[in-house]
Amino acid sequence: MPKLTPQEVQHIAELAKLALSEDEIERYASDLSAILDYAQQLQEVDTDHIHPTASVLPLRNAMRPDEARPGLEPEDALANAPASDKGYFKVHAVLEGSQ
Amino acid sequence: MSHLPQTIHEARRLLRSGAMTSVELTEAYLERIAQMEPDIHAYLHVAEAQALAQARLADERMAAGQDTPLLGVPLGVKDIINVQGMPATAGSRILEGFMPPYEATVSRKLREQGAVFLGKLNTDEFAMGWSTENSAYGVTHNPWAQDRVPGGSSGGPAAAVAAGEAAASLGTDTGGSVRQPASWTNTVGLRPTYGRVSRYGVIAFASSLDQVGPITRDVRDSALLLEAIAGHDPKDSTTFSDAVPHYADMLDGGVKGMRFGLPREYFTEGMHPGVEKATREAVARLRDLGAIVEEVSLPHTDYGMPVYYLIATAEASANLSRYDGVRYGYSAKAPDLQENYKLTRGRGFGQEVKRRILLGTYALSAGYYDAYYLKAQKVRTLIRADFDAVFEQCDALVAPVAPIPPYRIGEAPTDPVALYLLDVMTLPSALAGVPALALPADFVEEDGAKLPVGVQFIGRPLDEATLFRIGRAFEQANEVA
Repeated sequence: MPKLTPQEVQHIAELAKLALSEDEIERYASDLSAILDYAQQLQEVDTDHIHPTASVLPLRNAMRPDEARPGLEPEDALANAPASDKGYFKVHAVLEGSQ
Repeated sequence: MSHLPQTIHEARRLLRSGAMTSVELTEAYLERIAQMEPDIHAYLHVAEAQALAQARLADERMAAGQDTPLLGVPLGVKDIINVQGMPATAGSRILEGFMPPYEATVSRKLREQGAVFLGKLNTDEFAMGWSTENSAYGVTHNPWAQDRVPGGSSGGPAAAVAAGEAAASLGTDTGGSVRQPASWTNTVGLRPTYGRVSRYGVIAFASSLDQVGPITRDVRDSALLLEAIAGHDPKDSTTFSDAVPHYADMLDGGVKGMRFGLPREYFTEGMHPGVEKATREAVARLRDLGAIVEEVSLPHTDYGMPVYYLIATAEASANLSRYDGVRYGYSAKAPDLQENYKLTRGRGFGQEVKRRILLGTYALSAGYYDAYYLKAQKVRTLIRADFDAVFEQCDALVAPVAPIPPYRIGEAPTDPVALYLLDVMTLPSALAGVPALALPADFVEEDGAKLPVGVQFIGRPLDEATLFRIGRAFEQANEVA
C-alpha cells in the first residue's frame, strides 16, 4: 500500500518546481495516496514479455532536408515575455555572486 | 434561433443561394452569442471585428465564384488551439493575456478554406477535467439544464454548438474530452485516430494521446470538418501521410450486414440506468437496421483508468514544465530565479493541474519509474491488443460514453478516484489510439430536467469513414423514432 507522506509530496513539489501551501501538501498527500493505491491493481497484470507502448504509432524517424527556413522573428518571440532587454529574455541571476 | 442555420451544410446552402451573406450570418451568430452568453458562458473570447473581417473576405471569395464546404461559415475554437490574433489561455491563469505568435495547423487550414472564427471557447485548465469547473475563467453552463455542467474538457465547444452560438466547433480529446461533453449536450463529437489530425499549435497536455476533434450538430458536419483539418503536417511528425478520404461523400450505405461488438466491460457498477437503457436501445436500433450485434470482451478495460492517469500525468508533467514565468505567461516576479519558478507555477496553476503534475512527476521519479510509468506503458500494449483482437471479428464497437448524465455544477464526486472513474468508457480507446464517434442517443428525466445521453461507436484505426456511415444511419433512424 503506497502511502505518500507530506515530506514526500514536498520533495516531488520541489522536483516539479511548485510552491505549495501546507494545506495543499496535506491534501495532495491524501489524494495521491488514494490514486496510487488504486493504481496498485496494475501489479496483478502479467507483463513479463510485453513491450511498453510509448506511442501507438509505428516508431519512425521523420527526417527533413537540413535547409534554413524562416522562423519566429525575435520581436514576436519576445512579445509575451514578462521581462526582456535588448532582444533577450531577462532572468534573475542564476549563479550566486554573478549580479 | 429560428433564423440561424442549425448546421454547416445548411449554412452553406443559405450562403450559396444568396439568402444571406457571410457577414449577415456572422452578425446573426454574434447577436445570438450576446443573447446567450450571460446564461451559458461558453466563450472566453469573442472576436467580433476579426470574425466580420473574415466574413467579408468569404463574401468576396463567393462573389468570385468559389464554393467550398466551409466558406463563410462561423465556427468556434477551443481555447487550447492557437488562432492568430486571438488570446490563448488553455483555461489557465498562467497563460492570462498570452497572444500566440503563430497559428495552429488546424486553424490555418480552416482559415484557408474560408471559415469564420467567432472566438475561443472555454475548457478545463489545460484540458484536465470533465466539466469546465477546472477552468480559471468560470464554469460553462449546460444549455439543456443550466444548473448543470456541459461536460469537459471541451465543455465550451460543446455548449456553444448546443446553444446555437456557433455552427460547429473544434475541441480536443485526450481521454474523452470531445466525446463526453458531446454526449452531455446532445451534439456529435469525434475523436479521430491518433495521428490523423495535426497538433501543431495545440497547447500540449499528453502528447501520446492528444487529438483535435470536431463537435457538430450532425454527422455530415463532423465528416466535413474532419476532412478540412485532417492530413499530414510536416510540423507534426506524428501525423499519417495517408490520403484524406472525402468523408462527406461516404455517409450513405447503412449498416445492413455490419458486425458490431458490444463490450461487456463497459456496463459498470454505478452506471445510471438511463445510460444503460440508451445503450441497449441503440443496440436494438442497429439490429432493426440489419446489423449484427454481439457481446465482446475487452478484458483490460478496467486498467484503462490507472494506465491513463499514470501516462497522461507523466507526459503532462514534462509538457507543463515550459511554464516558467520567463518566456511567456504569468510571472510571480520573485527576486530569485528558483523562487520565481516555484511561485509562478504554484500560483499560476489550479488545483487539478498541480495534482496531475505531482502525480506525473512521482510516476517518472527515480525508484518509481518501473513500477508505475513503465508498467502502465506495458498494460497500454495489452489494451491496444484488446481492440486489435475484437476488430478481427467486428467492424465497430457500440458503447456508452459516460456512466452518468451531466451532474449539477459543484456536485462532482469529491474523492479523486471516483472522479477519475467518470472517464472509464472513453479512456481505453484513447490509449489505443483508435477513432470514436459520440452522438446523441436519448434523454433521461431527472428532477424535471431533460438530460442528454450519448452513445459512441469505436472503429478501426484510420477508419473514420465507417464511423460516419454508422453515425449517419443511426442518426436518421433516431430522427424518425
